[in-house]
Amino acid sequence: MEDDAPVIYGLEFQARALTAQTAETDAIRFLVGTQSLKFDNQIHIIDFDDENNIINKNVLLHQAGEIWHIGASPADKAVLTTCYNKTSDSRVVSCAAVWRMPSDWETGSHESPDDTAHNPQTLELLCHLDDSVHGNAACVLWEPMGDGKRVISLADNHALLWDLQESSTQAVVSSTATLEGKGQLKFTSGKWSPHHNCSQLATANDTAIRGWDLRTMSQIYCIENAHGQLVRDLDFNPNRQYYLASCGDDCKVKFWDVRNVQEPVKTLEEHSHWVWSVRYNHSHDQLVLTASSDSRLILSNMVSISSEPFGHLVDDEELSEGEDNHQDDKSKEPLKDSVVSTYEEHEDSVYAAEWSSADPWLFASLSYDGRLVINRVPRALKYRILL
Amino acid sequence: MDGEADGTVAVSEDCDPSRRRRVHGMLKLYYGMNKEGKAAEEMESLDPCDINGPHFDPELYLNKLRRECSLTELMDQETCMVKQIRSLDSDMQTLVYENYNKFISATDTIRKMKNDFKKMEDEMDCLSANMAAITEFSASISGTLQDQHAQITKLSGVHTLLRKLQFLFELPARLNKCLELQAYAQAVSSHRRARCVLQQYSHLPSFKGIQDDCHAIMDELAQELRQKFRDGGSSAKDLSECVELLLQLDEPAEELCDKFLSHARSRLESDLQGLEAEIRPYPSASAVKDASARRLLSTAGAGSPTDNSPKTSTLPSPTSNTDILEFIDRGCNEFVSSLCLVITSYQELFINHAQTGELATKNIPQMANGKLHVFVDDLAARYFSLVERRIQEEKGVGDNSLLVRALDRFHRRLQAVAKLLPGSAVPNKGTEIVVRAATERVKQYLSALQSFYMDSLTDVRQALATPRLSVAGASVAGGGAHLGGAASGRDAPTSLPELLSSLSASILNQIKSVLASVHLFTAKDITFSNKPYFKGEFCSQGVRESLVVSFIKFVCQSSRQFCESAGDKGGSTPPALLLLLSRLCLDYETSTISYILTLTDEQFLVQHHSPVTPVTSLCAEAREAAQKLLNHYVKVQGLIISQMLRKSVETRDWVNTIEPRNVRAVMKRVVEDTTSIDVQVGLLYEEGVRKAHSSDSSKRTFSVYSSSRQQARYAASYTPSAPMDTNLLSNIHKLFSERIDIFSSVEFNKVSVMTGIIKISLKTFLECVRLRTFGRYGLQQIQVDCHYLQMYLWRFVSDENLVHFLLDEIVGSSAHRCLDPAPMEQSVIEVICERG
Repeated sequence: MEDDAPVIYGLEFQARALTAQTAETDAIRFLVGTQSLKFDNQIHIIDFDDENNIINKNVLLHQAGEIWHIGASPADKAVLTTCYNKTSDSRVVSCAAVWRMPSDWETGSHESPDDTAHNPQTLELLCHLDDSVHGNAACVLWEPMGDGKRVISLADNHALLWDLQESSTQAVVSSTATLEGKGQLKFTSGKWSPHHNCSQLATANDTAIRGWDLRTMSQIYCIENAHGQLVRDLDFNPNRQYYLASCGDDCKVKFWDVRNVQEPVKTLEEHSHWVWSVRYNHSHDQLVLTASSDSRLILSNMVSISSEPFGHLVDDEELSEGEDNHQDDKSKEPLKDSVVSTYEEHEDSVYAAEWSSADPWLFASLSYDGRLVINRVPRALKYRILL
Repeated sequence: MDGEADGTVAVSEDCDPSRRRRVHGMLKLYYGMNKEGKAAEEMESLDPCDINGPHFDPELYLNKLRRECSLTELMDQETCMVKQIRSLDSDMQTLVYENYNKFISATDTIRKMKNDFKKMEDEMDCLSANMAAITEFSASISGTLQDQHAQITKLSGVHTLLRKLQFLFELPARLNKCLELQAYAQAVSSHRRARCVLQQYSHLPSFKGIQDDCHAIMDELAQELRQKFRDGGSSAKDLSECVELLLQLDEPAEELCDKFLSHARSRLESDLQGLEAEIRPYPSASAVKDASARRLLSTAGAGSPTDNSPKTSTLPSPTSNTDILEFIDRGCNEFVSSLCLVITSYQELFINHAQTGELATKNIPQMANGKLHVFVDDLAARYFSLVERRIQEEKGVGDNSLLVRALDRFHRRLQAVAKLLPGSAVPNKGTEIVVRAATERVKQYLSALQSFYMDSLTDVRQALATPRLSVAGASVAGGGAHLGGAASGRDAPTSLPELLSSLSASILNQIKSVLASVHLFTAKDITFSNKPYFKGEFCSQGVRESLVVSFIKFVCQSSRQFCESAGDKGGSTPPALLLLLSRLCLDYETSTISYILTLTDEQFLVQHHSPVTPVTSLCAEAREAAQKLLNHYVKVQGLIISQMLRKSVETRDWVNTIEPRNVRAVMKRVVEDTTSIDVQVGLLYEEGVRKAHSSDSSKRTFSVYSSSRQQARYAASYTPSAPMDTNLLSNIHKLFSERIDIFSSVEFNKVSVMTGIIKISLKTFLECVRLRTFGRYGLQQIQVDCHYLQMYLWRFVSDENLVHFLLDEIVGSSAHRCLDPAPMEQSVIEVICERG
């Protein structure tokens, strides 16, 4: 019905960084970081009112520089990390920092929603995750489902594991791992595995994907030539510990079983340009979101390699008689991997897509021209998965 | 009197014959001879006035006359009547006279007869007396002769008995003599004659002695015969004679059959071993050494005529010394012909012969026939296995006619067996072998075609690689080799269509020659070509489906594999090869496939009993492959250029760069590469349609367009008050421009291919630019570069607006990513670009 229509929000600036507010489980809230070289950069806090289909925004200033990556703490709603570019003395340096939102950002915005542009509040710096020795930060990863005390930053060819102490005001490098090889190796992206007691990390550099054991900080697997070209993003299947999705400049999305890295389990080739972001749905891992610089967002239903390959397993006892018909319908349709839907609301390259942390059927995507689009999983599919 | 007179009157009125009959009838009446006539006359006679009727009443008649007639009439009547009476009288007199004469002569005759009979009776009496005398004489004669006759009979009986006895007594000696002279047949026939008698009188000691002697001799003879039978050296005729005699000697037929067959078996097996020996010699190391040694010798002794060693090495059956035709020939001549001989003689001996003789009663023909079948089947199976082994060694596909001829001969010779042994499974098995050999051959041809295709691809690959090397070499070598380098450089592109045509021609030729070779299987003069398999299934399933269609599918398949295997690594297949293959597949789709299939159908008169792959689906497959290859080509070429652009953007410090004075070398390289790709594609694909534009105005349009728009953009972007405008502007622009699919399918023409490549390159450029931060001069450099690209790239694409748009985006994005966006003057850019 009506509420299946996408909701579009325009930012004034170009933007690449998007995250859901991970610790927030009630409100549907996304954080967007802008990129502007000339103006103060901002973090937009996008609240989506599901019932009224309305977006509420709040803006916080991020004066340190243009934001390339943003990450929200899984424990504290107000804490977030950014990777940003700082220009000084005609040099561009990438830095990473932990920030806290001012406690009254919400109340302030409610009083005068129109004035936020004029008088935005500023983020409060908690600590820098800077280690100039280690180079430019590419991204910062929070420990999934952790207590918000551990982060990993990827800087050039180093992975740094930080302990945040004294309510995140102090960051200490607890261990590091270094990627060694010929040439200038550089991590492009990474993901902290939620499995194995959060002791594993996957990183991407050039065309390879590597797995790391955080306890020893040593490489545990390596998928050489995972993609024909640059690997842009990774994501772990939240329910199947060995499954990993990756995407890259060869327009492909590949699904890997890290126990056997010779061949991808599955390959999707739906995009017509580089794929910049791949995200598993947090609860229904057959739903995979991919964002590409062909200005499209694609939602795929990868049933065959999901944790529910036979659909939602319904106990016979739970089935009331009324539901029998439904069951029949479902058994008639074979479960197939398919593209659920292609979203074409963007006009420019889509660099980021995220599922909401509060509503598993809702996701946001961000294109370079600053357009944020909030979409829902189609109702029919939603019911098929649920029932 | 009156009455009579009346009657005569009436009669006289009638004509003469009727009157006489009437008279005759009346006489008859008189004698009571005619009773039938009465009824007829009664009709007339009812009238009492009828003078001729029986009821004539003269009184009534007279009264009537008197009443009715006048006097004159009465007078006339009276005269008439008198006349009639007179004539009647005379008639009667004549009759009486005649009859009297006859009676007299009859009486004379009877009297004469009486006399004659009396005479005859006397003669008969005399005769009977004579006969009695004769009988008496005869009886007396026979009585006298009887004794002598009995004696003569007895004497002749004794004589024959004596002669028989003499024969018997002489028999041992005679047999011995026969044995000496080796006239076995005579001996056996003699013995056969005596055997029964001897058997009958064996209780008499003398006969017993003879019998024993005979037995001994015959045993010896039988022994000798058996010996002869057992001897390998004796000819088939001798052998059959032996068997015949032995059979007559009551040797058990079964045993003889077995012996005969085992004897034949040993001979046939030696044949088989001979054949096997020909297969055996696998090309062992020693053989190879021998060959090489021989070759060495031959080269040492210059010009010695041992040229056959290279010839045999080109012959594709290195596994055996003799070729298959010789082998089959030998098999036919030795094994099959002796088998036929054995069958005929065996049948002659045990079956046909036995059917006539008393042996038939013992079911010997059936038994013998059964044994023969088993025997033939067994040996034939071994022969077949040998032949099959030999055929399997025939791996090479050099000369099919040899194999076909060999198979033909093989099959033909088996027909003889079929004729001799009607119920045998041998010919069918032979046909099966031929069928298997044929299908095997088809498979071999398929793999040969496939390897030929792969080889020619390798050749093409090399041909593509070499001139490129020479170009590089020439450029390195510099001025000295300049001419040669240029020439070879020009050679490289021009050779592409030639390569294509030579490749497709050679493939087509190969297919044709293979078809011709395979066609031999169905030639009219080949015996097995009229088998239903070769008429139907072989043509449709064998040749058409599993050879031609499979090959075409293989071509498509392998082409697709080029796209997939090379997909991740990118560079393993030279792009020119992709392009070439794509064109090849497209040509296949448009014409070659249907040509090949029509050719096949025509040559083989394929009647499609079973469903066959339609031309359209093959064409679709070929087209799909062509599309895939071309897409892949675009992707690979786009990637190569993208890689250059990406590296050039990523490795430079755009913030601290110097003011642009030149177009960066990499852009020139991009243009050069694009041009060479354009030339390359142009060699194989048509131009294609592009949106109309005038070449003159195009450059100017761009400069105006870009300068005005870009100026507006930069103005907006560095006016602090309105950061929104930029986005608005570009968004509005995007609203009206179509969405560009970067890695999309291309059409089969040059413009589309070039558009695809340029799209990919420029999009990469854009995305890379967006990841960097630029200083003032960085932006200006990008401006220069983009202008340069615009100057050269527009001509390659279908819609120059596309290039405009993408380059615009690049410049716009870099302006956004610029710390100090101060764009360069358009005129300066133009000057720099024109300077090159």
